[in-house]
Amino acid sequence: MSTPPPRQGTRPVAIVACAQSKSERRIEQANEVELLMPVVTEVYANAGMTKDDVDFICSGSTDYLIGGPFSFVTALDAVGVWPPKAESHVEMDGAWALYEAWVTLQEEGKDVALVYGFGKSSLGDLSRILALQLDPYTMAPMWPDQVSLAALQAQAMIDQGLATEEDFARIASRARHNALSNPNAQVANEKTMEELMKDDYAVAPLRRHTLPPLSDGAAAIILVAGDRAYDVVDRPAWITGIDHRVDAHAFGARNLAESRSTTKAAENAGVSAGPVDIAELHAPFAHQEILLRRAMGLNESTVINPSGGPLAANPLMAGGLIRFIEAANRIMDGSANRAVAHATSGPVLQQNLVAVLEGAS
Amino acid sequence: MNQRCAVIGVGQTHHKSKREDVSIAGLVREAAVAALEDAGLDFSDIDAVVVGKAPDMFEGIMMPELYLAGALGAVGKPMFRVHTAGSVGGSTAIVAAHLVANGIHKRVLTVAFEKQSDSDAMWALSVPQPFSAPLLAGAGGYFAPIIRSYINKSGAPNNVGMKVAVKDRLHALKNPYAHLHLPDIDLKMVEESVMLWDPLHYLESCPSSDGAAAMVLSSEDVAVAQEKTTGRPAAWIHGMAMRSEPTMFAGRNLMNPQAGRDCAKDVFAQAGITKPRQELDCAEVYVPFSWYEPMWLENLGFAEENEGWKLTDSGATSLDGGDIPWNCSGGVLSSNPIGASGMLRFLESALQVRNMAGDHQVPDAHKALGHAYGGGSQFFSMWVVGSDKPE
Amino acid sequence: MAAEETAQGPVTMLSTPIRLDYNFTAGVAQSKSLRGYAEGRFIGQRCPVCKKVYVPSRGSCPKDAVATTEEVVLPNTATVTTFCVVNVPFAGQSIEIPYITASILLDGADITFMGLIQGIAPEDVEMGLRVEAVWVPKEELGPTLASVKYFQPTGEPNREVSTFAEHL
Repeated sequence: MSTPPPRQGTRPVAIVACAQSKSERRIEQANEVELLMPVVTEVYANAGMTKDDVDFICSGSTDYLIGGPFSFVTALDAVGVWPPKAESHVEMDGAWALYEAWVTLQEEGKDVALVYGFGKSSLGDLSRILALQLDPYTMAPMWPDQVSLAALQAQAMIDQGLATEEDFARIASRARHNALSNPNAQVANEKTMEELMKDDYAVAPLRRHTLPPLSDGAAAIILVAGDRAYDVVDRPAWITGIDHRVDAHAFGARNLAESRSTTKAAENAGVSAGPVDIAELHAPFAHQEILLRRAMGLNESTVINPSGGPLAANPLMAGGLIRFIEAANRIMDGSANRAVAHATSGPVLQQNLVAVLEGAS
Repeated sequence: MNQRCAVIGVGQTHHKSKREDVSIAGLVREAAVAALEDAGLDFSDIDAVVVGKAPDMFEGIMMPELYLAGALGAVGKPMFRVHTAGSVGGSTAIVAAHLVANGIHKRVLTVAFEKQSDSDAMWALSVPQPFSAPLLAGAGGYFAPIIRSYINKSGAPNNVGMKVAVKDRLHALKNPYAHLHLPDIDLKMVEESVMLWDPLHYLESCPSSDGAAAMVLSSEDVAVAQEKTTGRPAAWIHGMAMRSEPTMFAGRNLMNPQAGRDCAKDVFAQAGITKPRQELDCAEVYVPFSWYEPMWLENLGFAEENEGWKLTDSGATSLDGGDIPWNCSGGVLSSNPIGASGMLRFLESALQVRNMAGDHQVPDAHKALGHAYGGGSQFFSMWVVGSDKPE
Repeated sequence: MAAEETAQGPVTMLSTPIRLDYNFTAGVAQSKSLRGYAEGRFIGQRCPVCKKVYVPSRGSCPKDAVATTEEVVLPNTATVTTFCVVNVPFAGQSIEIPYITASILLDGADITFMGLIQGIAPEDVEMGLRVEAVWVPKEELGPTLASVKYFQPTGEPNREVSTFAEHL
């Protein structure tokens, strides 16, 4: 096997095992620990490992989803940090936890990491909760909801001639179709673009089908550094490029119809250095897929969101990590050679992470 | 660590109960600009920004780093947000240092803050959760019973905690950035303060502060170049580690958690230290309640079990004549911008080995420990810095 | 929202009241404990690996990371392992200060939880004090730990601290 060389760092790191819960509108039977534990148990089983094999643990979650401080603390009860482990947490999507784990595994002697993300959107009113992400002095006091902000972005794209409402519907139609083959998806059906165009507007120009579902869910990944990855799986999904960038927060300070942070992250991750078979884009709103695709320079030969993407299942704080899982699974099963995984955070795509995953030739 | 990593610039705010003169953005920028000036660099020189703070509910802003991207010069760069409870200031520094030590970036700005006056941390820590009895009264309500257990087990005299409270406030008088400046502090004053969480007096507890801390971490080549440019020495990281254990489990040692012992063992092994009391010149250790000094003296291996209080009692941890001064800056007992409190420990340890700590400098300090802990004392982060490059 | 502004000085405060409503998920394991409270009894769970009894159980053994499934009904009697006297007022507080919060070790349990102690002067409470749960009247019982009004001394002699040292 010839492991593809990484663009960042010095030590190749691969995704070798994944697990995710089925995304559901409301998982009432399980608290965070009970939601996470089967997923963590499954990812260990998929890797043929136990908690004792892990050198580092990192998770992504946010307190405001649950409405109490330290939501990540109780979640640790699902993981078994005993004997004590090197462990960290980011108040970001699990994809950034994966980034921290990838950095940690650059060090010799740190070979295996567990990464997970979880979130239940069903506990509170997400449109109000996410308003608290905005500038606390000038924006949050007006409680703008995330759908309205996304609509501003979609309108900017239409105004700049970058997309039409039909384009949005076409994307939603394809996402739902693709989701039919994804057992973890929440929204899966056959509806044509024309049928979807009959939907009401949620906030014009966004019709209902352009919005992500509200989801509860969790996801976990095992990363392994170096050749040890081949002990776990025949075809590890090597992270050959990874980078993340943030844009300005104030909407007036950036062109909402583009994503400079995505472009820069994609350049650094080396997206254009070879053909991209599939891309899993964390585009919660349909129009954002067009925007991200342009920002990364992905052409028509790339299959976008074969899993259905966030329009089919969107558990907050795990949604980005699930993009890594869906991309990695397609490398590991041999159906793709080179894939892109993308994650976003913050209002209207403020922060973006892009990675290239490759199988060994 | 694959490569050497150094602290080349530090900055902190004046910590106060209310910094009404600045917004949150103004607060973090004050620390960041000071750190960059110390390093002889500009925002444009920075490759990545790593932000840390304790629960978002402390200010009422979800992921405030998103709104702070501009104020921290992070636009167009990688920006990262760490949250590991009270240890966050320390773990944020470690996450930032890994970016350099593992060869991803050359110059990383790391910032931690809390603006407690913008909301109510005591409320945020004790949010009434359904189905449970509303008994916990902030962090003190959690830690005071553990302190009682320690006093009982170790046989320490009741006034050792009060001695820590006095010592750290005397230290704070030498630190212009400290929140609490109590020139008349003495045992009597502590003893006469309200008993908030018996056995803890008001003056044995940390204050609520607004404040921020920032550091510039760099690779060896940048550090050597900036030392020449600024004429100010770098602090070299000799070891760093994090450890966590579950909040509660049957048989958990709450007074002397295994995660703390393991973390110290790891960081000292990396730094080649076998006798911390002898080989370190000073330590900045997260002591938010007085009795955590003797407890952590044992946990970190500066004293045998049940003997930590004897070091405190004998004055060994005092800047005034002690052989292993702890918290020369005044520590968390004198300034507690929660999210930044851990980073301040790391930052102060770097100041000491750079010999830039001013009036609270330990003469000729060469090696120092920075320590933070959080949650129900289950999260630990530590580093050892030195004035010389590690081997 | 209220902002105060003078012609000369800067705005230094802007108040934004935040109200968010949440539906808390108790989960399967915790629901069992909560239903127990509604019946006036403590229900814990045993870890299948280390055999320790957790009460209330959150559904897993935090040490072994396995689901806890075996139910254990625990008695009303307990030991105060350690405690503090709370004398600090704070927003959202619902009990009059000063009050004693104690780490309560139910007989047969391997983990403590926080409980309120009444029926004894604060200065008389010691580590090892034997106590029993006093439940609210039957008609007021509900799926909440608030169904336990408080713990009060049983009158038995205190337990030696060395007999429960592993729970400190």
